[in-house]
Amino acid sequence: MSDLADLEAGLAALAAEIRPGGGAVRNLRRLSGGASQETWAFDIDADPYILRRAPKGARPHENNPGLENEAILMQAAAEVGVPSPRVRLVLRPEHGLGRGFVMDHVQGETIARKLLRDEAFAAVRPKLARRIGEIMAGIHGIPLERLPPLRHADARTRLDDIAQRYVDTKVPRPVCELAIVWLRDHMPPPRPPRLVHGDLRNGNMIIDSRDIQAVLDWELAHLGDPMEDLGWVCVNSWRFGELDKPVGGFGPREELFAGYEAVSGVAVDAAQVRFWEVLGSLSWGVSCAAIAVADHTAGDRPLERAMIGRRASECEIDLLRLLTEEA
Amino acid sequence: MQDPPHSEDLLEQVAAFLRTEVLPQLSGALAFHVRVAANAVDLARREVQLAPASDAAERARLTALLGMDGDLATLNAALCDRIRAREIDLATPGLVDHLRRSMLAKLAVDQPNYSTFRRALEAWGDE
Repeated sequence: MSDLADLEAGLAALAAEIRPGGGAVRNLRRLSGGASQETWAFDIDADPYILRRAPKGARPHENNPGLENEAILMQAAAEVGVPSPRVRLVLRPEHGLGRGFVMDHVQGETIARKLLRDEAFAAVRPKLARRIGEIMAGIHGIPLERLPPLRHADARTRLDDIAQRYVDTKVPRPVCELAIVWLRDHMPPPRPPRLVHGDLRNGNMIIDSRDIQAVLDWELAHLGDPMEDLGWVCVNSWRFGELDKPVGGFGPREELFAGYEAVSGVAVDAAQVRFWEVLGSLSWGVSCAAIAVADHTAGDRPLERAMIGRRASECEIDLLRLLTEEA
Repeated sequence: MQDPPHSEDLLEQVAAFLRTEVLPQLSGALAFHVRVAANAVDLARREVQLAPASDAAERARLTALLGMDGDLATLNAALCDRIRAREIDLATPGLVDHLRRSMLAKLAVDQPNYSTFRRALEAWGDE
């Protein structure tokens, strides 16, 4: 039996656990996925759902919280008012479908360029920088005792990790060296760890014509400095051409900070956010460079990976601009 | 010497062939990968066209900045070593100018449509 038919039969057996009253599983289709994680869409009668799973035998990345923990994080986020898809079922070993969970399929758009260009989002765009600040404050306010076990990665840990990954690429990049030195000289003061989403940026939110409807992709969630999230959403790679609107191409930093401060009561230090933006740009550039030099025999789509490697220079020029002028 | 048509002309023809002849016949994942392939051929063509001059200029700047000679990889590795050792920093005369020119040269090949490159071309290009 094919993978698809196996999965469809497995979900049909679970229909009543996913949707009150159960129903017929239809339209099962794969949306995306690599070797370790897949996203599927399907309907039970007329209600749409999403399955995120790691197939049997897939090894999770060492830094991932794991899909069961992602489900807990989404539920914890929903409890504090962060827009989050409702989790309907966490897979158990006896289901035989691998690890993962089923959640509601939230309607809206995730593609960054559409969100930044399409007329349908013209009215909501100016609100989003502030909304992202409010949502980040909600995430950072989740009580630590509500959280599953997560790795703790403060500024020094993150920088040491990125610097090592840079060295491992074995390509000398003077701008990256300058950024590493600059980051060591501008380390933010330690603060009590909070839940950090780790990848909350344009492309990882479901947005409709009215508001942000869901925050997605908790794979990089960890405990750390909450300012990391504010810096990451400003990294130029996530502005998709809207250079002068730092917050995801939607709006100015001041609105992000105002939304954050209004909900959290915590004053934002722009210099600390800048530290995290520089670190974020460096991190993404090193990731692009590392993808290209990774073992090509182990991965698929070698040309695509090679071309991603030639995007590391985007982050280098962003870093040089960040280090030498206001950006 | 090699006769025409030269590599940049051939690469231009390959990219045009992929886009106008092959791509319209495809859909889905294969269309995506052919688009990636056409972009890769374009990048290679820009490198063939631009890198000889920009590499020579970068090497001349590095030789002056570091006071040593060597190939480009050796010189860039030496610059990295000195930045890491804090012997050279953003205040070092000539460094920022050198890096801006090097970045403009890299992006002109890698991603000439990138927002920061287009802005930097206006701001740094005439220095």
